[in-house]
Amino acid sequence: MSKTPQHLEKIQRSLVRRYRAEKAFRWCGMLAVTLGLTAVLVVFADIFMKGTGAFSATYIALDVTYDREVLGIENFADQRQVNTADWEALLKTALRKEFPDVRKRSEKRKLYALASNAAGYDIKDRLLANLRLLGETETIWILADDDIDAYYKSWLGGNAYTARLTDGQLGALQALIDTDRIQLHFNANFLSRGDSREPEQAGIKGAVVGSFMTLILTLVLSFPIGIAAAIYLEEFAPKNALTEFIEVNINNLAAVPSIIFGLLGLAIFINLFHIPRSIPIVGGLVLAVMTLPTVIITSRAAIKSVPPSIREASLGMGASRNQMVLHHVLPLALPGMLTGAIIGMARALGETAPLLMIGMVAFIVDIPRGFTDPATVLPVQIFLWADSPERAFIEKTSAAIMVLLGFLVTMNMSAVWLRKRLERRW
Amino acid sequence: MHATDLFFLLVGLTVLAFYMGRGKASQIAQGLGGIRNLHSLPSYYGHYTALYCGFPALLLLCAWSIFEGPVIIGMVMDSLPSDLRPSGSVEYKLLANKISNISLGILPTINQPDALITAAETLQRYSQLSRWSMTALVSSIALLGLMWARSMIVAELRARQRVETAVRYALFACACVAIFTTLGIVLSVLFESLQFFKSVPVADFIFGLEWSPQMAIRADQVGSSGSFGAVPLFVGTLLVSVVAMFVAVPIGLMSAIYLAEYAHKSVRAYAKPALEILAGIPTVVYGFFAALTVAPFLRNVGESYGLSVSSESALAAGLVMGVMIIPFISSLADDVITAVPQAMRDGSLAMGATHSETVRRVVIPAALPGIVAGIMLAISRAIGETMIVVMASGLAANMTFNPLDSVTTVTVQIVTLLTGDQEFDSAKTLAAFALGLMLFLITLILNIIALQVVKRFREQYE
Repeated sequence: MSKTPQHLEKIQRSLVRRYRAEKAFRWCGMLAVTLGLTAVLVVFADIFMKGTGAFSATYIALDVTYDREVLGIENFADQRQVNTADWEALLKTALRKEFPDVRKRSEKRKLYALASNAAGYDIKDRLLANLRLLGETETIWILADDDIDAYYKSWLGGNAYTARLTDGQLGALQALIDTDRIQLHFNANFLSRGDSREPEQAGIKGAVVGSFMTLILTLVLSFPIGIAAAIYLEEFAPKNALTEFIEVNINNLAAVPSIIFGLLGLAIFINLFHIPRSIPIVGGLVLAVMTLPTVIITSRAAIKSVPPSIREASLGMGASRNQMVLHHVLPLALPGMLTGAIIGMARALGETAPLLMIGMVAFIVDIPRGFTDPATVLPVQIFLWADSPERAFIEKTSAAIMVLLGFLVTMNMSAVWLRKRLERRW
Repeated sequence: MHATDLFFLLVGLTVLAFYMGRGKASQIAQGLGGIRNLHSLPSYYGHYTALYCGFPALLLLCAWSIFEGPVIIGMVMDSLPSDLRPSGSVEYKLLANKISNISLGILPTINQPDALITAAETLQRYSQLSRWSMTALVSSIALLGLMWARSMIVAELRARQRVETAVRYALFACACVAIFTTLGIVLSVLFESLQFFKSVPVADFIFGLEWSPQMAIRADQVGSSGSFGAVPLFVGTLLVSVVAMFVAVPIGLMSAIYLAEYAHKSVRAYAKPALEILAGIPTVVYGFFAALTVAPFLRNVGESYGLSVSSESALAAGLVMGVMIIPFISSLADDVITAVPQAMRDGSLAMGATHSETVRRVVIPAALPGIVAGIMLAISRAIGETMIVVMASGLAANMTFNPLDSVTTVTVQIVTLLTGDQEFDSAKTLAAFALGLMLFLITLILNIIALQVVKRFREQYE
């Protein structure tokens, strides 16, 4: 079996080809991983670049005189007078004083549009908190309108966005910029207010509170039931058709599209049980039903990982099966179950589609105070804002996404930490 | 007393029952000379008493709260004079609402017929009565249970066995929730779909080529019959899913192979979780990304090459959906690839195969069933995905296979048909349930096939 030089040459050549293929394959793999990681980076970078702006808002410094006459209030103890007073008039006077050259009505109206139309209420709160200011003049920072905000932020970035402003407004803004009477401040409204049609006043607090309530309910419902079901299936269930059927059901439910759970919620909870729409109770129920399979599956894995020797020792000491499970297996499996529950909750927190079905898409300004108040949740708020035509809502949406991602990262990190901290190797 | 207050009272009573039961057991034990003369530990007697006190009362409370409303409304309706009695179920609901609103003071009593005002008063009286009798009945049942169970306690009572049996039934009930959920899904989707199929034949729905879910307000309206042919939706869903799979399968599979076979341990330790971040990003975020970043980008690129790309193209939604599914495929593939025994690789390498030849000819064929199952699960994921397509793809039901066009999908239509205010029984909303049924069936079949593939073709190593 001697090989002629010809054969060797052939093999040599094929070897070159094969090594080239080897290298190409390797590069393909690397490319795939890089593409995947780039996708992660691009998504995050895109959101962060669009969203960071929303954490600051443009404010204008105005010399506001708390003039009783302009307000038309005689008695500050009279709630009705205080509420019906023209608080915006203070603002308008201050703006006229700042820009005395503006004479025409239409231009004046444009001038007033520099300030957000909620700014009057801010002045009201300020004065009511300290009535001694009455008759005095002070310089305060007034929240600017969202178009002004967009202009000023883009001006700072070097590429001013002037599309929605008139020449008069631009002149006034330039004057404010020259005297340094327009500035970016931390946007506290974004974190402390509910939704609004006005982008500069819209905040995520309502959605965050709604999400929190919904999640609490989801946890309270799905965690105990999930654990109980997992214990039954792992420790007590006889091997029969019924058990098999339950297991098949759980595995299938874990793969059912989430929107189907929304249909379930709509048909059963709302149309059959007549629970009102849009409230955290319905949202919690639907999300609990949705996360239940995940909780059961992770809990079963946690129970499985407890070694049989623990069970045998416990039984050997004369414990009943229930005592063995409740006193020994469950405490040892609990960390794993908790990790699973946190991950399940993180998924529920990011879920949108089923909640659209049960009416949590309503426009809700008030911050929900209980489980039966109409509420929306963070992802749905993101969906609603993403649909809004105002340019300023792009920024808000990205910022809301950043907050949502922040919560998710925290939850997942704590799950990882918990696992590292409490996990036992047998 | 309100049902919630009553519930908390019940909880209090149950706790009390536990202590009374345990106390009595300890007392008996003391008389006999130590708890070893009891059959069970004293706390089991406590649980036993608590069970008898709380459980029947709780059941009654639940049943009462559920049936209270309809029963009272029925009684009020029967008390109405015959000319006011509602004829159909819709009128029944309306009238019931009206009466309850009057009794709650939401509707002013002026200008209402006297009979309705009387009915509202009757309603108020009945609900008061019902609340009182509920309070009385539930608390007396709880107390009776407590007393009875306590009187049953003797040293020989097999309390532990009874409590444990009860616990076991409770655990079983929790496990059955999964069955009820499936049942609930099937029934809710099926019932509404059957109603839908009464007005639109099944064949028209599944094979119809035109989708415009408008229902006529008047019978003589132009274009009065909406058409409910779902084929364009199926095509749209398929198109988006295919685009997604073209992205996700190669990238997911190759990165799984690279990370499992080639990458250094430390690279793997960071790259794998980093890729899995993609799976943790909420879909609404992907939707926003697709609609505001990817779609405009694709349109600009298309324009520069002279192509007209729709701003709601299937390509944008599909690409982003593919990115979302990458970790799904890569982690499933990674699991099966690492499960292939090392001996098979060693054998192949020893025969002179290069590493990539080993992977392609030995490892992948061995892992194929798992990979195929993973891909099928990923497809069912893509079909059921909602938010990305809702935000990034259109509403117009175009029948097209061109990924640059705008298409609509099954899930998008379900969302658009069901969000917004419309009456529940219109064909429009029922169509959403029919689509839901299709979605449920298709994903279910895909999942079942995937599980079967794994079961049937799994090679048994070891």
